[in-house]
Amino acid sequence: MSKIMPLISANCGKISPASVEDYVRAGGFSGLQKALKMPPTQIINEVKKAKLRGRGGAGYPAGSKWQQLYEIKHFPKYIVCNADEGEPGTFKDKLLLEKDPLRVIEGMTIAGYVFNAHDGYIYIRGEYAALQDDFQAAIDSAVRAGYLGDKILGTDYSYHLHIMTGAGAYVCGENSAMLNSIEGKVGRPRVKPPHLAEVGLFQQPTLVNNVESFANIPTIMQIGGEKYLSYGTVDSGGTKLICLSGNVANPGVYEVPFGLTLRDLIYDEELGGGPSGQKKIKFFHLGGQSGPCGFLSQLDTPYCYQALRDKGLSVGSGAIVVMDESVCVIDYLKAVTEFFIHESCGKCTPCREGNKQIYALLDKFAQGTASKEDYALLQRLSTLLAKASFCGLGQAAATALSTCLKNLQAEFDAHIEGRCPAGVCFTKQESGEQ
Amino acid sequence: MMQNFAKVKKKVTVTIDGVQVTVPEDTTILEAAKKAGVIIPTLCHHPDLKPRATCRVCIVEVKGQRRFQTACNTPVGEGNEIFTNTKAVREARKTVLELILADHPQDCLKCVRNQKCELQKLAYDYQIREIPFTVSAKNLPLEDSNPAIVRDMNKCIKCGRCVEVCQEVQQVAAINTAHRSEEFCISTAFEEKLADSPCVYCGQCVAVCPVGALTEKNDTARVWAALDNPELHVVVQTAPAVRVALGEEFGMPPGSITTGKMVAALKRLGFAKVFDTNFTADLTILEEGQELLQRLQEGGTLPMITSCSPGWINYIEKFYPELLPHVSTCKSPQQMFGALAKTYYAQKANLAAEKIFVVSIMPCTAKKYECTRPEMRSSGYQDVDVVLTTRELAQMIKEASLDVDTLPEAEYDAPLGLSTGAAVIFGASGGVMEAALRTVYEVVTKQDLKDVDFKMVRGLEGIKEATVDLAGTKVKIAVANGLGNAKVLLEKIKAGECDYQFIEIMACPGGCIGGGGQPFGTTVAIKKKRLEALYEIDQGSEVRKSHENPAVTQLYDEFLKKILDHEAHELLHTYYSARKD
Repeated sequence: MSKIMPLISANCGKISPASVEDYVRAGGFSGLQKALKMPPTQIINEVKKAKLRGRGGAGYPAGSKWQQLYEIKHFPKYIVCNADEGEPGTFKDKLLLEKDPLRVIEGMTIAGYVFNAHDGYIYIRGEYAALQDDFQAAIDSAVRAGYLGDKILGTDYSYHLHIMTGAGAYVCGENSAMLNSIEGKVGRPRVKPPHLAEVGLFQQPTLVNNVESFANIPTIMQIGGEKYLSYGTVDSGGTKLICLSGNVANPGVYEVPFGLTLRDLIYDEELGGGPSGQKKIKFFHLGGQSGPCGFLSQLDTPYCYQALRDKGLSVGSGAIVVMDESVCVIDYLKAVTEFFIHESCGKCTPCREGNKQIYALLDKFAQGTASKEDYALLQRLSTLLAKASFCGLGQAAATALSTCLKNLQAEFDAHIEGRCPAGVCFTKQESGEQ
Repeated sequence: MMQNFAKVKKKVTVTIDGVQVTVPEDTTILEAAKKAGVIIPTLCHHPDLKPRATCRVCIVEVKGQRRFQTACNTPVGEGNEIFTNTKAVREARKTVLELILADHPQDCLKCVRNQKCELQKLAYDYQIREIPFTVSAKNLPLEDSNPAIVRDMNKCIKCGRCVEVCQEVQQVAAINTAHRSEEFCISTAFEEKLADSPCVYCGQCVAVCPVGALTEKNDTARVWAALDNPELHVVVQTAPAVRVALGEEFGMPPGSITTGKMVAALKRLGFAKVFDTNFTADLTILEEGQELLQRLQEGGTLPMITSCSPGWINYIEKFYPELLPHVSTCKSPQQMFGALAKTYYAQKANLAAEKIFVVSIMPCTAKKYECTRPEMRSSGYQDVDVVLTTRELAQMIKEASLDVDTLPEAEYDAPLGLSTGAAVIFGASGGVMEAALRTVYEVVTKQDLKDVDFKMVRGLEGIKEATVDLAGTKVKIAVANGLGNAKVLLEKIKAGECDYQFIEIMACPGGCIGGGGQPFGTTVAIKKKRLEALYEIDQGSEVRKSHENPAVTQLYDEFLKKILDHEAHELLHTYYSARKD
């Protein structure tokens, strides 16, 4: 039996993306049709039964989020789709936006109906500028066909979608920073409380979900929450789009049911297909730069929210970046840290100053001038960032570092002793490639 | 009205370090901890501003929460178990401080905020002896292109208090946060010079800065040089709000009245004469009162708005130039004083104007700019030569090693040192209005005003309104302090929805007692103390109406009535003009 399970990616590559006709022929908008005849609370119940967890990275149960917003009796409410897919190694939202935009539109429209919202916003990252026109074309054709806009499918319900974009700051993927950006403000995270469900876009109650989360909604409507849940594990309903990249034989986006092991994902011929070269796999990075690194001893962990969490790992965005033995962990972490130095918004101390100092310390390891104290300082900083940063960006910035400090301590020690097992650090320096 | 029945807040009970406290819901952990005897350290938090929770110094542990919570903005929840002094908390706070210090100059001894720096205090409290991280110097140039405020961004810790006060309280928005990550900084738009920005020099940013990044331009050296120059006759004037704040610089409790000590110290510093801006505050009331009556009787532009606060003048010139005809033509008391010192006083003392050097002690940074304005040279020279803030005066007193405690009190010199209770309350929001009402009432009604207290215009509230009955003529007045509040009234005027006749506006929240040049650490609580002290001085004054100041009467008789009308007018009045791009 195939390990790939195309529930939400079934149309990708098979239909003409902005064609309502194609989409409907493939079963599209039947979820919306069904939803419009259901009371909102029943829709929320289906989402709860499905145990759909937010696909943006935090994995917050979507049903609970919807329930909380539903209980707030303050209008207008807004629906926002976070399509600021900025997590390195993550390109699954791009697939949906590009190949099946009407599914995302349908999901957002069902959400709009649940909360009696009349405007939805999709924040498509600046780097996906090319996609924005095509997505607009999809919106326009949905409006023309009566699935979106005024009096949807002859009902009294009207809902309009607007595309918004940023200038490419990673931090705008943080929901509150994204709302600031939509409002035309500087994209820096907001002080919470108040939470976005209460005081969100334009100070109004707001639902923010990821592209993939919305894309799951039509399927849940079609097949029901229970059926959807049955594809995954007891705590993680349905399927997940994973993005394989790095030193892996078959890089790409795959839709898999929750519950396969990490070994399946990375080594199975149908999926990752093992290392891309001759060298053995050393570690892998889950969920993007903000996620934890995983190691060979953890390969038999099932890929689902709770099991990964129990091992200190996480699903995150669905990215799986594989590194083989040619990669030096210090060198790798320097690159990760550089990313966060570049993307930190700079407002809070741990993230602004901490990442800078982490980089300086890692560089000492790379130069062969580090000591045991520097290892302890890295531990101190990674704890500080995780526990004391203002927003998710800073809290996650040192996740890879802390998992590597714990699991690859020997490699740090080797650098203290003047050896780079991968042969990257000191050779680079000697040949002046730095 | 509805708000009188606002629902009573629920109480929640929490334990903080094992101590049980009950507080209203929505109380922050920071405030609740005070009830448990813990003052949680803060750096980016200022009690008068909205919390920003960015420095992360105030972190605490809450049982059941994976991450630390910031005490400044996190409300307590029923049953919370909060720990403010665990090993993890202490270590994390120390690491945060070390990170901030690694990005900060290490030259406390040479810093203007030495011993008055909130970062330095925390570094001391947390026993930071060495920085384990890479310490980097930024070597950014000083921004001192204007006469009032110096910005040293090398020292900035990016707490954002200045942005908060400039954007939200004053609504001037001359500065904002810019860039990201390492480059994240506080900046004017496009890094332009402050002089080219919308900045009005109110100095509220300086007042809330926890470190030495923002200061007034220090002019003490120029004053020492003048005092050391035997050719010069150096006189000084002191603004009303300085006398109730200066004591804080010498360890006295806020609200201490230090008039006598201050005058004595100034004499010991070597000033030939110690005069009082209150004298020209009384004069302002006569001139401005006259102007108001004239506008009321002759159909002039109303409402008339006061012109004492130079930050406010800068603001209207830059933001609402179309409303300038509303502003009284009276110069500020400081500038009236300067003009008279180099004419009237020069004549009386038989001195050449060029030999007189006028120093002002002001609670204000905008006054430093005001004295350099081209309009302020009606004596033929720059009328006021140097303006020092309350803080700079304290510095000079310290530099002169004067023991303020034992210094015997002294009195102002005549005639420019004589004043009334009406003048001293100029230092608080509503004071100019109250002083004006005391005089205008008697002029209009020709009756003796029995109760001189106009309490409805007193206090720290942002906008105050009242209607005053002048023997049948109703005069509608308003008082605003803080430019954000001024903006509300100006918008009403613009929309034609304003039926006031007279408005007092002070740029700084609370008026001059909360000025940008006052001792560091000013809070609403401290402003209240200073304010009470001013009204106490007024209460105890023999004369409490400006038009009863005999020295002012003498000035009119001896001088102003004898020179040409337009000359007198030029000394005391001016016109401002648009400075909007």
